[in-house]
Amino acid sequence: MANQVQSSAEARAEALLSQYSSGGFYCELFEACQEKAAGAEELVRRLNAFTTGELAERAAAAERELMMLGVTFTVYTQRDRIDRTLPFDVIPRVLTGGEWDRISRGVKQRVKAINLFLADIYGEEKILRDGVVPRALIVGNENYRPIMRDIKVPFDSYVVINGTDLVRGGDGRFCVLEDNCRTPSGVSYVVENRHLMQRAFPDLVDALAIRPVSDYGQRLSRALEELAPPGVSRPRVALLSPGTYNSAYFEHVFLAREAGITLVEGQDLFVEDDKVFMRTIAGLQQVHVIYRRIDDAFLDPEVFREDSMLGVKGLVRAMAKGNVTLANAIGTGVADDKAVYAYMPRIIKYYLDEEPLIDNVTTYICGEPEGLSYTLDHLEDLVVKPVGASGGYGIVIGPHASREDLEEVRAKIKDDPANFIAQPMIELSVSPTLMEGEVGPRHVDLRPFAITGRDTWVLPGGLTRVALRKGSLVVNSSQGGGSKDTWVLD
Amino acid sequence: MTKLLSRFAECLFWLGRQIERANALARVLDVNQSYSYDAHGGRNWRMLLHLYEQEEDFRRRFGEVTPEAVLYYHLLDNGNSSSVRSSIAQARENARTLRPLISTEMWTQLNGFHRTLTDLSPTDATPRRLSRLANLIKENCQAHVGITMETLYRDEAYYFYRTGQQIERADQTTRLMWIKFHQLLPMGAEEGSAVDVSQWHALLRAAAAFQAFSRENPSNLTPEAIMGFLLFNPLFPRSLVSSVSAAAESLSCLRRDFDIIPGSLAVSQLRSFQSAILDYDMEKVNQQGLDEIIDWAQSELIKTTDLIGLSFFGLATDDF
Repeated sequence: MANQVQSSAEARAEALLSQYSSGGFYCELFEACQEKAAGAEELVRRLNAFTTGELAERAAAAERELMMLGVTFTVYTQRDRIDRTLPFDVIPRVLTGGEWDRISRGVKQRVKAINLFLADIYGEEKILRDGVVPRALIVGNENYRPIMRDIKVPFDSYVVINGTDLVRGGDGRFCVLEDNCRTPSGVSYVVENRHLMQRAFPDLVDALAIRPVSDYGQRLSRALEELAPPGVSRPRVALLSPGTYNSAYFEHVFLAREAGITLVEGQDLFVEDDKVFMRTIAGLQQVHVIYRRIDDAFLDPEVFREDSMLGVKGLVRAMAKGNVTLANAIGTGVADDKAVYAYMPRIIKYYLDEEPLIDNVTTYICGEPEGLSYTLDHLEDLVVKPVGASGGYGIVIGPHASREDLEEVRAKIKDDPANFIAQPMIELSVSPTLMEGEVGPRHVDLRPFAITGRDTWVLPGGLTRVALRKGSLVVNSSQGGGSKDTWVLD
Repeated sequence: MTKLLSRFAECLFWLGRQIERANALARVLDVNQSYSYDAHGGRNWRMLLHLYEQEEDFRRRFGEVTPEAVLYYHLLDNGNSSSVRSSIAQARENARTLRPLISTEMWTQLNGFHRTLTDLSPTDATPRRLSRLANLIKENCQAHVGITMETLYRDEAYYFYRTGQQIERADQTTRLMWIKFHQLLPMGAEEGSAVDVSQWHALLRAAAAFQAFSRENPSNLTPEAIMGFLLFNPLFPRSLVSSVSAAAESLSCLRRDFDIIPGSLAVSQLRSFQSAILDYDMEKVNQQGLDEIIDWAQSELIKTTDLIGLSFFGLATDDF
């Protein structure tokens, strides 16, 4: 009896990661240690000074703090609005400096190609005339905006704020899973997660060479000012939010505060003489640059959805006249379309004459005959994605799907092949994660954020999303994913 | 220089008012329980329903006037838009909208205060626990004000907050006087009797003025001296004259220091209200009747609020 008590006490005092196994997947933390990355080894040593109970206790305190700080997104039910924190895992995800520099170069390359592509398809259409990308795929795309044709965008920076979703497979190589060129979100969590770690776990953070993330706001503000219409010496910049009821309102607040720009709603803006003004206590003041967090469709009832209560009447006119810059530009959604994604390696090659620094995941385009027949023949091995949807909705993971699910998606693909792509199942890398009182492997992805004014800057690290359910591959926050602090260690 | 959005100015004005109101209400309820006994040793709970002219609404929803129901109605009732819980919920919504402007500390404290109130159950607002709850509310409101004074950047935003706070304060002080006046008049307690004295004490305490008044008038606890103190003492921060002067000063600063052109009507309204108060003394009050003075003050405050709304918050674009 006495022995038993003693041994269980010993078990409790065991080093945190001593029982950890990556379950055969590529582990972000231990592979970095394999490469003798000093920072990663030191992190493991420091984590091992904790027991699971101690770590859980500190994690709970951190969670409470997020709630008090209101670092929340809002979930609406029929009766209530509930503020939830994005689940936060306290064990950081690490990247070595060298690894990160390769990613950063790859992201810059991709953003550059995407902006050249957008300038081209809304301008001379060279890539379409050369037949590199099918014309129908572009001009027939629901996110293609004819209104943008021949409109000059400062520095051709269509995608000012970009998020690139990366995953790492079993071979340790990063691939691009998806581009986010419209209004990518999540950057506030990158910065808040770091600040939280610094407050709640100074003993993990101290004296490690972690690349900083806290200058995101200044970088954003500088880029937005650079993009002001020509001739404006002191541009006034605003962030246009759908308002306090939007689930991402916290992020809009965060960005406005960090960048020192005014957070406006549609009702605060007003267009006269093709210029945009905001209603202030001193009367109307002109606005020159708008970082809009509202989809194209709701931006201007004069041009897009007439029933939009969120937008500003005349905004598109003002933009077309060159009196206001919108970030991101209208019509960037055509570049992050899942079908266009498949052409991205060819797009990079076409404009830059370079091979992609980060590969795409192999993609079968069901709209093309070979892609369709391969997909239908290998359905049980593939991940099938509807082209239009975002947020992880409608994805069918072949190896995990039931026979009925597979037959259902097969019928859908046959019915409308152009609406689907398929990709091989990727053995997503894992990172040690504290869940349900134990540390185990959970799958992660990575979304680096790039800001493009005159030049492109990439925030070191980006958002690591983690699938909290054991075995789950879905990391989207709308589907129960959480996040981790991401450390680029030198 | 980017100017303050009209929408934010309006939220700031009301944030200042809502906190001031919650604080005042908690104090009045606490004092009513602890100090305000009538000749039979009872407390007048009905009087409290006249504070915001709510007796009808209360009776419709709760029926009989009991201490429990009145306390619940004023403290925790979500259906009463003036209850402490409602005021703080509105204040928190305004703070949420204002988060790009206000300090993180302001937001965190108010968010926490709101959560605390949300978690309370009706049993937390019973007479036996009132004192504890009133203290919690007062402390949180005062912490909010302290944090605001220490952390809010003193640009236009600050002056809208301050104006709202001071206008609400003038409103609360005059309401309180009106209620007490009507309560004390018909009671028929002999002037100078123990009950009478305790009632006047209670009025001073409800206005957080007891100690200041005693220092100023150690032996002169007459109704006239108390009324005069609450209306005209320039050193007492909750007197009518202090709060109206502070509101006027605040709006003037805003226009002078920040180059704001609109709002001249609101400022001159407040300035003339202020100088009218400064011309008054208790002799004149006695001639006209306290009633009339208070009605006048209330209508001046409403006029001021309307003009502020018109000048600064209005959505019309061709007013400027």
